[in-house]
Amino acid sequence: MADDCGQRAARTVIYLDYQATTPLAPEAREAMLPWLSGPEAMGFANPHSPHRPGRAAAAAVEVAREQVAELLPPGGRVVFTASATEALNLAIMGSAPRRIAVSAIEHAAVLDTARASGGSVDILQADEDGLIAADIVIPEGTDLVAVMQVNNEIGTIQPVTRLAAQARAAGALFLCDAVQGVGKLPPPAGADFIAVSAHKLYGPKGIGALWVRDGVTIQPMIHGGGQEQGLRSGTLSPALCAGFGAAAVLAKARMEEDAAHVERLWARARDLLPEWTLNGSAQQRWHGNLNLRRDGLDVGRLMSDLRDLAFSAGSACASGSGRPSHVLRAIGLGDRQAKSSVRLGFGRYTAMREIEDACALIEAAAAAQGV
Amino acid sequence: MPNISAYLDHAATTPLLAEAQAALIEGFALWANPSSPHASGRAARAALEDARSGIARMLGWDGEIVFTSGASEALTIALTRCRLPLAAVSAVEHEAVLRNAEGIARLSVDAGGVVDPASTGLAGLVAVQQVNNETGVIQPLDGIAKAVRDAGGILLADCAQGAGKIPLPDADLIALAAHKFGGPIGTGALLVRDWAMLSPSGGQERGYRPGTENLPGALAMAAALEAGPAWLAEAQRLRSLLEGAIISGGGEVIAGGSERIAAIGAYRMPGVSSASQLIRFDAMGIAVSAGSACSSGSLKVSHVLGAMGMDEKAASEVIRVSIGRETDEVDIRRFIDAWLTIAGSGRHAR
Repeated sequence: MADDCGQRAARTVIYLDYQATTPLAPEAREAMLPWLSGPEAMGFANPHSPHRPGRAAAAAVEVAREQVAELLPPGGRVVFTASATEALNLAIMGSAPRRIAVSAIEHAAVLDTARASGGSVDILQADEDGLIAADIVIPEGTDLVAVMQVNNEIGTIQPVTRLAAQARAAGALFLCDAVQGVGKLPPPAGADFIAVSAHKLYGPKGIGALWVRDGVTIQPMIHGGGQEQGLRSGTLSPALCAGFGAAAVLAKARMEEDAAHVERLWARARDLLPEWTLNGSAQQRWHGNLNLRRDGLDVGRLMSDLRDLAFSAGSACASGSGRPSHVLRAIGLGDRQAKSSVRLGFGRYTAMREIEDACALIEAAAAAQGV
Repeated sequence: MPNISAYLDHAATTPLLAEAQAALIEGFALWANPSSPHASGRAARAALEDARSGIARMLGWDGEIVFTSGASEALTIALTRCRLPLAAVSAVEHEAVLRNAEGIARLSVDAGGVVDPASTGLAGLVAVQQVNNETGVIQPLDGIAKAVRDAGGILLADCAQGAGKIPLPDADLIALAAHKFGGPIGTGALLVRDWAMLSPSGGQERGYRPGTENLPGALAMAAALEAGPAWLAEAQRLRSLLEGAIISGGGEVIAGGSERIAAIGAYRMPGVSSASQLIRFDAMGIAVSAGSACSSGSLKVSHVLGAMGMDEKAASEVIRVSIGRETDEVDIRRFIDAWLTIAGSGRHAR
């Protein structure tokens, strides 16, 4: 049953949900295979074992670490985790802030963790374009500031380098959730922590990383064998690391090409959907994210009418919850406007034809609703 | 990949089964986010739930299953989110438990490495592993479960080394790691008897483990369990062969009188440090370990052997040999030859 669904989905669905997850790059898949071997080769070994196959696996992990580090600033170390969520938890819980300032448009992995951290939480408001002011006042006594690089719902690019400098001037550490920006944009400069995920840059699920500036200390969350210099226990998967590393190499090599492709798709989609209003800044934005609204549209009905179109009405995690988006609310939209908004996400493997077909389907479905 | 004449470190990790590899590769094609409500996301969700129910069926578990990145994370969730305070952990637990239990009472073990069930009747969370990762000793968890529950406590069992090989114990919370039974590294689970035992943290997995689910990993874990543990009978025979040779060669079997899983054994070579044994074995292309993989390379003496009352000198002469599904008699003969060679030259050098 699940297999049938999977095959059907693979055959006909136009996938426009690149912020939820991206397709696995064939190069990343290939890079994993040698480390997914059975007994015929020694690629399965535990990278923490000191014997020969263990050392070979450890070497693969270190190569991948270097590859991922190439997407991040110099002067820090890459700690592998199971996800960006875990990386964000590690940065926040591990630095034990007494007072934390987070932007109003952070992902739940930051907002919920900040609230669970036990510290007092200040919210940094966004303007109606979905941007945090670069000179926003950091409340006195703040230990940690968290602002994402690219918003997952509306794609707006935050002035994180300047915000990091603000945080530093205020004596706070700066955490940047770069999940949606890494591999697409240069990394934020001046951050103390940067969280990234492989499956948002065409790598595998089940692996993320926290970049930690040299000299910044944190406490681990997962205790045990003391892997990752004691910061994150648990056997590392050489396969997942290698897949992440290959995806990082590819993203770096194709950064301009991918961005140019996304730019063409964006321009075409904007032309084909002239009646829709863009949520969030058009300029300060990753153009692989098209979050649009149309007054009077019932997005629930739109989604059920367009079953062969994979798109979203917010983040994947909050999908199905029925809650209006906290991001759209933060940029001043009412519940009604938020519930008439859609997120179209596209990227490296989206064909121009798919964008054209999808826009035609969306327009037809909206027309059928009489809006 | 390096050439190895005998891989006998299956307790550190064991080769990915062909069935698990196939499931993983199939899973890579189902790359949509299982939390997305569109058709691709729902197909991924359906596959994830199929994997979950398949795992429950094969493990004979009728409670809940939370997918994690491995046993360390599963143990951390259990130890930090349990509704009852942590009362005690056995002295021979894996570091993943001990590091979460600083300042918490330790349940002692006897010289055979076994916890006395009578010592476990505590009204909090009690953690006792199923199978020791260094010695293979199996704890009497059925008796322990009874004692803990009679006292109003909750039993957490680290089953990383037993799951997929021997039946699960009757515990309330169970941690396991797929890569110890032929699944991929990076996938594990926390089995939960009743959601009321844990407080949620928010996010995916019913709010007990946030982060996008690793669907290929879950599918491969289910496929690995399908393969079953029939190979343990052969492991038993091979280990008897190995232990007979070690004993007649002047070695010592650790916890030889205790009930042990056939896959793991610990052996002392009197007069030769485990560090120098490992270097010699490695040079001969034989992969074994001293204690757990995680603590390998450190010169600390095993806390497990210490808890069993071994003196430091003797404990520093112990290595772990662990057998897997693929191990055959040729591997064991090679190991025995190497062991006897090292023991012989070690003694001459002394």
